[in-house]
Amino acid sequence: MKHCLEIKNIRKEYGDKVAIDSISLAVKKGSIFGLLGPNGAGKTSLIRIINQIIGPDKGELFFNGQALNRQHIHKIGYLPEERGLYKNMKVGEQCLYLAQLKGLYKDEAKAKIYYWFKRLDILDWLHKKVEELSKGMAQKVQFISTVIHEPELIILDEPFSGFDPINSKIIKQEILKLKENGATIILSTHRMESVEELCDDIVLIHNGQSVLNGNVMAIKQHYKKDIYEIKYKGDLKNLHGFDVISDKDKIALVKSKKMESSNDLLQQLISQVDILNFNEVLPSINDIFIQTVNHE
Amino acid sequence: MNKLLLVIKREYLSRVRKKSFIIMTLLMPFLLTGIFVVPTILAFNNENQSKVAIIDENNFDQLQLQSNRSISFHYLNDIDIKSKISTLLNHYNFILHISKVDSLNAIENNIIIYSKSQVSLSDRTYIENQIENNITVENLLNKGIDPKHIENAQSKISIKTYVVDELGVNTEGNSEASYGIGMISGFLIYIFIFSYGTMVMRSVIEEKSNRIIEIIVSSIKPFQLMLGKIISIALVGLTQFLLWIILGLILLIVANTFISSGDPNAISNENTELFKQLNSSIGNLPLDQLIISFVLYFLGGYLLYGSLFAAIGSASDQDTDSQQFILPITIPLVLSFILVQLVIDQPHSGLAYILSMIPFTSPIIMMARIPFGVPVHEIILSIRLLTLGFIFTTWLAAKIYRVGILMYGKKISYKELWKWINYKE
Repeated sequence: MKHCLEIKNIRKEYGDKVAIDSISLAVKKGSIFGLLGPNGAGKTSLIRIINQIIGPDKGELFFNGQALNRQHIHKIGYLPEERGLYKNMKVGEQCLYLAQLKGLYKDEAKAKIYYWFKRLDILDWLHKKVEELSKGMAQKVQFISTVIHEPELIILDEPFSGFDPINSKIIKQEILKLKENGATIILSTHRMESVEELCDDIVLIHNGQSVLNGNVMAIKQHYKKDIYEIKYKGDLKNLHGFDVISDKDKIALVKSKKMESSNDLLQQLISQVDILNFNEVLPSINDIFIQTVNHE
Repeated sequence: MNKLLLVIKREYLSRVRKKSFIIMTLLMPFLLTGIFVVPTILAFNNENQSKVAIIDENNFDQLQLQSNRSISFHYLNDIDIKSKISTLLNHYNFILHISKVDSLNAIENNIIIYSKSQVSLSDRTYIENQIENNITVENLLNKGIDPKHIENAQSKISIKTYVVDELGVNTEGNSEASYGIGMISGFLIYIFIFSYGTMVMRSVIEEKSNRIIEIIVSSIKPFQLMLGKIISIALVGLTQFLLWIILGLILLIVANTFISSGDPNAISNENTELFKQLNSSIGNLPLDQLIISFVLYFLGGYLLYGSLFAAIGSASDQDTDSQQFILPITIPLVLSFILVQLVIDQPHSGLAYILSMIPFTSPIIMMARIPFGVPVHEIILSIRLLTLGFIFTTWLAAKIYRVGILMYGKKISYKELWKWINYKE
């Protein structure tokens, strides 16, 4: 089975407001899939539909090739953007409750809780009440609750918000490890650097429609503008067939006028300066995001 | 384990384990007893007897005011009131001053009470009655009629009531006890429905403002969560009720042994008599019917209102937000509580019958009626209607709840609620 999740022509309206116009996408098994889009684009609605919290008005969803149904709930882990815990419950009890709701047996759940708390080195939190935890600590507990039942599909909505850089890094590593172990991950975030770092594929949703969809590298290649960055020694003169966009502190950005090749540029450069560094500049996902959304 | 059971278990344990629950459960019987007993004790208390100084410038022999539990009269003669008034008020609560008049009949507009604080209505009425009686006796004597004749001519009637049930068995009825128990049952069920209903609402708001709700509903259906919550809080209520019955029985047994031991220092003879009378009249009430009905009407009324409170909770972010929706729901509840007074005066009137059939008012009204004897078939019909009522409100509430719990930071109007009800799954 190639795809963990397939979505076909989903539509969702709230009264007369269209939240999702028509969205189709497929998430490859074992990949990290970025779900991007400006606020109010319809991401949360889409995620809620995948989690069967709400139903679509039209369209179909398939989980591992099967039509999505209530049985699949145990195979999905969901960390919502708006997340919290019961304040007056103990951390351990709370994880146990959430794990049991995801279909784990009590003993099984207890063993998993022990494993994860030990792994993240927070065993001494188990008997604390949630109200004693800091925001970052609560986030870790929520992350554990999301993955404790070893879901095949993990949906993380802004998983890094509230974490300091150190804890962000720990969570990033855990996400990569989950992927290594075969889980499929849908990552919804506004942090584009995490998208570049983690995602294999992305979809960009705008006004309830998918406006950009595909492999991260392929998208970058598609959006590239033949710009090169050169670090050099010496004096840079005119380049034939290329525009110098900027030249500061002996680092120049150069754009080809008519698809001239990089070799052509290198040949001209070698005759003029000492090249210390040469690379093609690919647009960041951030740039592509802004460009696409503004263009739409 | 079934997920609904998991929710019920968590919600139930988290409440029953709370210190406030344990304390309230233990204290409530005493508080309730207090509400009904303290006023009685106060009424019989002699310590607060008002001392009244009577200064009668006419020295009427005919004016003989009788002291009682709450008021005692002291005759002071030949005192100049104007100069002594403040000194006197240090020793007496009131000074009753009668200025110089021609005859006893003329005193009515010449009596003044001086006091440091306002005289209570009951004290004033008592004094007025006493004086009026004295004047009446005097007038009768002047006409040559012996007041004893009048007294002998009067009679005091106390009608015994018997309630005949379908089997033809007579039980001695006691309107006073029915009245009291009707009042208390109506009051109790009102408190129960109200406090447990709002508990549901607070719990929904808590889950919503904690932001745990979305995590939970990604594992179970919103309806399961709502149902689990409502059921668990009903179980908490029943637990509390059961504990109170046990506590009440213990208190009753203790009180009974106390009285039958006949310790005269513990309780005066008069009170023992009163207690025995109360005991026997309560014994004649349909106690089993009362308790079973109480449980059924609590459950029905609570399910009806509790689900609506859950819907309100889901539509609000903070406590303050919910006020606008609470009002229309509490109106029938408060109204039926107010109507209890009317219903126990006329427990078998048409109005009482109708109110005890309408699901929104029936729990409170029927509970107030039952001590007066209500045919079983009426109770069954009323319970059936109540069941239909709560099925309807639960269905309605579920539709609002599933949408409401996921809405944040939006001011909700009735129009908006109506839209939610019509959303597709």
